[in-house]
Amino acid sequence: MNERLRIENLYKVFSDRPEKAMSLLKAGVGKEQVLTETRAVVGLNDVSLTVPGGAMYMIMGLSGSGKSTLARCINRLNEPTAGKILLDGRDIVPLKPAELLEIRRRRISMVFQHFALLPNKTVVENAEFGLKMRGVPLQQRRKRAEEILSIVGLGKWCKHYPHELSGGMRQRVGLARALATDADLLIMDEAFSALDPLIRSEMQDELLRLQRTLNKTIVFITHDFQEAVKLGTRIAIMKDGAVVREGTPQAIVADPGNDYVSAFTREVDRSRVFEASAVMQPCEAIGKSGEIQIVRQATGKIKRIGFALDSSGRVVGLLDEVAFSKLDAGSACEGLMSREFVKVRENTKLIDAVRMNGPQQPMAVVDADDRFVGLLQAEHILAFIASSPSTVASAHGVPNV
Amino acid sequence: MVFPMFDANDLAVFPVDVWIADGVQWLALNLRPLFLAIKWPIENLLTFNDHVLHAVPFPVFLILAFLIAYRLASLGIALFTTIAFVIIASLGVWDESMTTLSLISTAIVISTAIGLPIGVWCALNDSVWQVVRPVLDIMQTTPTFVYLVPVVMLFGVGTVPGEVAVVIAAAPPLIRFTNLGIRMVETEMVEAGLAFGADRRQLLWEIQFPLAIPTILGGLNQTVLTAMVMSVVVAMIGAEGLGLVVLQGLGRLDVGRAAVGGIAIILLAMILDRITQKLAQPATSKAKRSLWAAVCAALIGFRSKPATGPA
Ligand SMILES: Nc1ncnc2c1ncn2[C@@H]1O[C@H](COP(=O)(O)OP(=O)(O)OP(=O)(O)O)[C@@H](O)[C@H]1O
Ligand SMILES: [Mg+2]
Repeated sequence: MNERLRIENLYKVFSDRPEKAMSLLKAGVGKEQVLTETRAVVGLNDVSLTVPGGAMYMIMGLSGSGKSTLARCINRLNEPTAGKILLDGRDIVPLKPAELLEIRRRRISMVFQHFALLPNKTVVENAEFGLKMRGVPLQQRRKRAEEILSIVGLGKWCKHYPHELSGGMRQRVGLARALATDADLLIMDEAFSALDPLIRSEMQDELLRLQRTLNKTIVFITHDFQEAVKLGTRIAIMKDGAVVREGTPQAIVADPGNDYVSAFTREVDRSRVFEASAVMQPCEAIGKSGEIQIVRQATGKIKRIGFALDSSGRVVGLLDEVAFSKLDAGSACEGLMSREFVKVRENTKLIDAVRMNGPQQPMAVVDADDRFVGLLQAEHILAFIASSPSTVASAHGVPNV
Repeated sequence: MVFPMFDANDLAVFPVDVWIADGVQWLALNLRPLFLAIKWPIENLLTFNDHVLHAVPFPVFLILAFLIAYRLASLGIALFTTIAFVIIASLGVWDESMTTLSLISTAIVISTAIGLPIGVWCALNDSVWQVVRPVLDIMQTTPTFVYLVPVVMLFGVGTVPGEVAVVIAAAPPLIRFTNLGIRMVETEMVEAGLAFGADRRQLLWEIQFPLAIPTILGGLNQTVLTAMVMSVVVAMIGAEGLGLVVLQGLGRLDVGRAAVGGIAIILLAMILDRITQKLAQPATSKAKRSLWAAVCAALIGFRSKPATGPA
């Protein structure tokens, strides 16, 4: 995937004279000690990361870890102390004010935690705000804002004021305002944190739905790991201004790498993080019965199970122990296999695979072209969900940046 | 005798009074064009307002007052306003009241014209505020009375110099509240503006100023009340109006006359306070009224229901 945003060795020190703090940081001194020695607050400490185009990139960490500082450096609400922020390869840190305005008007937009809607403007006036700043004529921007508002389901609320809306609706306006400018980079700083759990989950689904069609690059700040896992294509975990772990949600949950991260991953519902492909068992081809290819679970089990595949690798039937013994006795596969089987895609979340498995049988895992790739059993899913990775065993020490 | 007798009065060797008197005289002589330039717009506006207020027929005035109060405040206040004006008229001090009202309305216009820009400037520029703040502090802690001394020296006596004193007293609260209002706008709002690429001008007009309006209108209320008080006090330097009624009543030991003036003053003050206070209240369930809508309505009178309000 192409990269949209790359951050290189970014530092932010809150101080009028950051030089001393910077040299301490570069010498490897931590945030706490810099604070006691120089009274300068470290916001970001050598952050480097790459956000691919179309990603939903989650920045996650405890309060005060520097998430907002990072987000606000990207659109320069905070001035970075050192480092580069490359938007499509162009460093936006040294930009002049006029160029910065252009970037903010066209390339980067933002959704705020407490919505930050203007109370004296109507919903549609709020939604068109970015376009107005850019100087788009009234009729044109009104039309665009109305379009976006109906996409987020607020088409009928244009003429109302923010105070007449519920929290979830207000944040939809906030989202519409950010989307209306057609900026391809969206910064969402704890955008759903102020919403109650039900509405929050609804908004998360809404964002995922929107993202499927809009395909923006989203940097999403959250302190909720469940949210990060649900929405994120990648997650960066921050502590004391530094990124301590970065990777896909699955990689991080499977291998937190350190105690700080495993404190988050411990609580996570693994069945919602992992996909069928993470748990499925490989099968080996054991022979043919006419046109039909027979595959069987590779690991030596007392009870043999497997599937019958057609010539292009599509699953046509399930074979259990009884079927295998009859096969051994020379019967034809056609009559032995059960056509009542459950088929799941390899990127199906485990929780959904379990839900689909009505008949409580082994499931066939297939790829995007419907070809057989593995076999999934409920007992394996259970064992996988229950196994908590020991941080000691997988302690890498070095963060995976 | 160990110590020589040392009396506080022995210290009074500096002729400060003479210095100041000389200084002011020098100013009055040499900066005469400046003071004339200050006086000119005030005088013209005051004369204009005075003429208009006296020219409007009484019934028309009542209707206009009702409509303006209704538009800016509420039906109750509109009724109160009308009745209060009828009482003032029945007390026989209508002309004097109109003079006072012209002093006040002129002061409002000029204070707004001066106070708003200065207040905005102070809010946007810390070093300006560092300079303006102590000046405002001095102006607002000085007893209204003491203003009159330099005003008389520099502008003379009469209604127009009186109006100068009224403006000087009335402008500070508006400057203060405008500055405060803009500075109090939530950072998240300002950042929302910045994040979408608002430049300084857009930030001011789209976000800071509109969101500061409730506070600014609170300042306007203070300005109106200060103008009310001052318009009475300046009777001492020869300004006409209700203050003069009271002053003459006292001078002739005519308690009745003084009381009539006093009652009219209180009624007028209540009318102005109720209306401007209602303006400053943050609109909640009611339609939001913008400052411009309010000002337009005040100038043009009653129009349709606020266009900006939600259904
Ligand atoms: N304007 C500022 N001046 C000084 N220090 C600041 C400023 N803004 C943030 N900080 C400091 O920078 C650090 C990171 O703050 P930041 O707001 O980025 O944290 P966060 O991860 O977003 O936390 P939260 O989850 O509470 O929003 C904190 O130690 C904070 O005290
Ligand atoms: Mg934050």
